[in-house]
Amino acid sequence: MRNNKYKLVWGLVFGIIFGFLLHKGGATKYDVIISQLLLTDFTVLKIMLSAVVVGMIGVFLMQHLGWITLRPKAGSVGRNIIGGLIFGVGFALLGFCPGTIAGAIGNGALDALAAGLIGIIVGSGLFAALYPRLKEGILAKGNYGNITLPQVLKVNNWVVILPLSAVIIGLFVLLESAGL
Amino acid sequence: MNWLTDALWSPYVVGAGIGLLSWVTWLVSNESLGTSTTYVRLAGMVEKVFRGTKAEQKLYYQETKPKLDWQMMLVIGIVIGALISSLISGDFSWQWTHPIWEGSFGTNIVVRLVVAFAGGIFLGLGSRWADGCTSGHGISGTMQLAVSGWVSAVFFFVGGILTAQLMFNVIP
Repeated sequence: MRNNKYKLVWGLVFGIIFGFLLHKGGATKYDVIISQLLLTDFTVLKIMLSAVVVGMIGVFLMQHLGWITLRPKAGSVGRNIIGGLIFGVGFALLGFCPGTIAGAIGNGALDALAAGLIGIIVGSGLFAALYPRLKEGILAKGNYGNITLPQVLKVNNWVVILPLSAVIIGLFVLLESAGL
Repeated sequence: MNWLTDALWSPYVVGAGIGLLSWVTWLVSNESLGTSTTYVRLAGMVEKVFRGTKAEQKLYYQETKPKLDWQMMLVIGIVIGALISSLISGDFSWQWTHPIWEGSFGTNIVVRLVVAFAGGIFLGLGSRWADGCTSGHGISGTMQLAVSGWVSAVFFFVGGILTAQLMFNVIP
């Protein structure tokens, strides 16, 4: 129980840091996110991919040292492609995602608070209502489990991590030289 | 300490900071950054108020309990962190609409609220359907090299880019 309380406090602390960073990156603003989807400003992609590079190297190193055990999520074509597309429609209509909407509320976005947030809760409840009918059907279509890219390619994790990091950094160089 | 009160940092610095934060959340809490499960827990809490234990019997709420957890605290923290950063950098302001929105759809608040609400429904439905969002799949899933994370992240943006193009460049 005591440990559980500590865990909740840590969650709050990490959230404050996450929200602070999202605001500093401009990712709590509608205009920045919608400009990414309109492909006129690549701030959101730069934030996400630099988090992926730094995070990936660290978490795989920690797993290698036996400090943590990663838990990649299971997925399927029916889940990730159909769900991803539905998500994308909402992403563009709202102009925020489930994480950045919390930051947008902290930044003063009243449309996020009064409409977007309630919509997300309603949509989540709608899924919970539909879930028994979807679970064995569309969600199970094309199931690939909790497989990772190195497992698909049958190579060591670092054989993916290092080239992928190089590709992402190369993309940053391209974006900067194109003035995006 | 001027950097603390700057309204905007380099996206690379922010991204690297989020990457470092993810090391610490794994190490300290054995959790990865993610936000969208919180909203289905909130939905379950609301249903519990109206329908009591009947809501708890729903299959999804048996698998994902409607209760306060680490991630919900994280989401509450995001609101506070963004509030602190925007206040100390003089960037906080109440807004009902946003410049780029107004450029295409005008300043009518009701129109914006209706579209934002509809967008929220798609986001809530889609994030549960895909089992994650731009944080859980897009950052935490991709950094674990999960196929589910990469496929979801790509289709979040495919759906988002196509819809945004329709909204701003085709329909008006």
